[in-house]
Amino acid sequence: MNTENWTPDQPIVSIKEVHKSFGDLEVLKGVSLDIMKGEVICIIGPSGSGKSTLIRCVNALNDIQSGSIQVEGQEVHDPRLDKLALRQKVGMVFQQYNLFPHKTALENIMMAPVLVLKEDKDEVEKRARALIAKVRLEGKESSYPGELSGGQQQRVAIARSLAMQPDVMLFDEVTAALDPETVKEVLVTIKDLAQEGMTCILVTHEMGFAREIADHIYFTDRGVIVEHGPPDTFFDKAQDPRTKEFLSQIL
Amino acid sequence: MANKTIPGVNARPTTDLPVLLPLNPRAMMITDPVGFSRWVSSFPLWVWPALTAIIVLWPVTAFAQSNYTYTQAMAALVKWLPFLMKSGFFFNVIISLMTMLFGTVSGVVLGLMQISPNRFISLPAKIITQTFRNSPWLVLLFIVLLALPFEFQIGSTIITVPDWFKAVFGLSLPIMANIAEVVRGAILSVHNGQWEAAESLAYTRQQTLWRIILPQCFKRMIPPWMNWYAILTMATPLCSLLGVEELITLSRQAIEAEDNHPELLVPFYTFALLIFFAYCYPIARFTIALEKKFTVKL
Repeated sequence: MNTENWTPDQPIVSIKEVHKSFGDLEVLKGVSLDIMKGEVICIIGPSGSGKSTLIRCVNALNDIQSGSIQVEGQEVHDPRLDKLALRQKVGMVFQQYNLFPHKTALENIMMAPVLVLKEDKDEVEKRARALIAKVRLEGKESSYPGELSGGQQQRVAIARSLAMQPDVMLFDEVTAALDPETVKEVLVTIKDLAQEGMTCILVTHEMGFAREIADHIYFTDRGVIVEHGPPDTFFDKAQDPRTKEFLSQIL
Repeated sequence: MANKTIPGVNARPTTDLPVLLPLNPRAMMITDPVGFSRWVSSFPLWVWPALTAIIVLWPVTAFAQSNYTYTQAMAALVKWLPFLMKSGFFFNVIISLMTMLFGTVSGVVLGLMQISPNRFISLPAKIITQTFRNSPWLVLLFIVLLALPFEFQIGSTIITVPDWFKAVFGLSLPIMANIAEVVRGAILSVHNGQWEAAESLAYTRQQTLWRIILPQCFKRMIPPWMNWYAILTMATPLCSLLGVEELITLSRQAIEAEDNHPELLVPFYTFALLIFFAYCYPIARFTIALEKKFTVKL
């Protein structure tokens, strides 16, 4: 399968039997999942279960030992992969925001499309201002990251990722470092995105939120997917004892 | 986030019993990048009159046994003073500035080579850095003096290499290695998340380095860079051993010209000390002030 004969009715992200180790420590022990275009999936599970590693593999921030990850039919771990093309398709938002502290919010958003995609600066600026409005940060265009709250920074980070016009968005525990009162503003932004039909893969600890927006929930533990299903079935009729134990601890 | 205060670690201890701090092996290995400046800038201001007093008062005691008078010694110093400043110390400053220029340019290149993902680039860079960082400066100077030819021939023109240029080259080597470490340290001090964020936005490694990482660590490099400049300036009298006519060489010649009276040694060399101190002290104070300013902002 390659990009040319990929059609939108096939999974946009297809993960098959992925194994990943850090030295002797095997973090992913054969993980498979498919995500269709426009789908929102949440990956939950105890810390150290490999959730973050899995989504970092999707945009090649981590490499894998065996298995296959395809994004729009393109094998991610092909050495001949055009990483620029992949990362243009897959946006990622991090737990620690990772905004560039020496650039304003607007510059943070505009930099990649102008510098990497060589797009027209005025056009990018128009798009960036629209994105700032979309994440409800009008008036903060010329603020530096240090002058913004955690929730505001995270929303800039989301806008920065969207400026590359990706087809898939990865969210790696994006609310884990936030104050409780700012978590909601970020979740609302993600929810807007999901409702607009953006394909989203979220690693999250916000169970209520996962239940509300996800089309499908995956529960990982010790490097394998233990159980998955639509949110209602997953949360109310969990089968596996490990899932039950995790849910009883967290809910 | 990381603002949790732990009494005895990052806050005042809540007990008057001695508290054993947790061992931080990393902190033990890191040498203070502006240690020299911190030391110089910690001198209180009375050091000035104290040093001056040596020039002024030493001869008074030394002259009890000789017929060379105090007034004569002072007159000799005053007579030579403009020459020592104009031809001597001024040259030290020129040597230090040129060395810093060469050392910085080559040091930045070497520092960037060290962090290259290509082992064929990074390994030689690391070896060069460690070699020149850990060699005595005087030995490097002698090697350069003896190894470099005193003239080059390009076509039919013969270019003579002056000794002072060899001295600049010799001093540039350790400065280069130390600046390389400053650059490498500053780049590594930028949080890894910045690299990952840039990578996920499809920046190339080069774009990330020049547009994201280096602008962030430029400010952090200034205090250690100035620290090395002050250390270098203090080291320029080493050039007198190569016969370069800088302050110390000329002082010695001046004393010889004044019939080698031993009473002249202390005034002349203390004068040299005072000049170097007057030059480096403001630099050290400024370095520490900048460092404090940048630390708060980080």
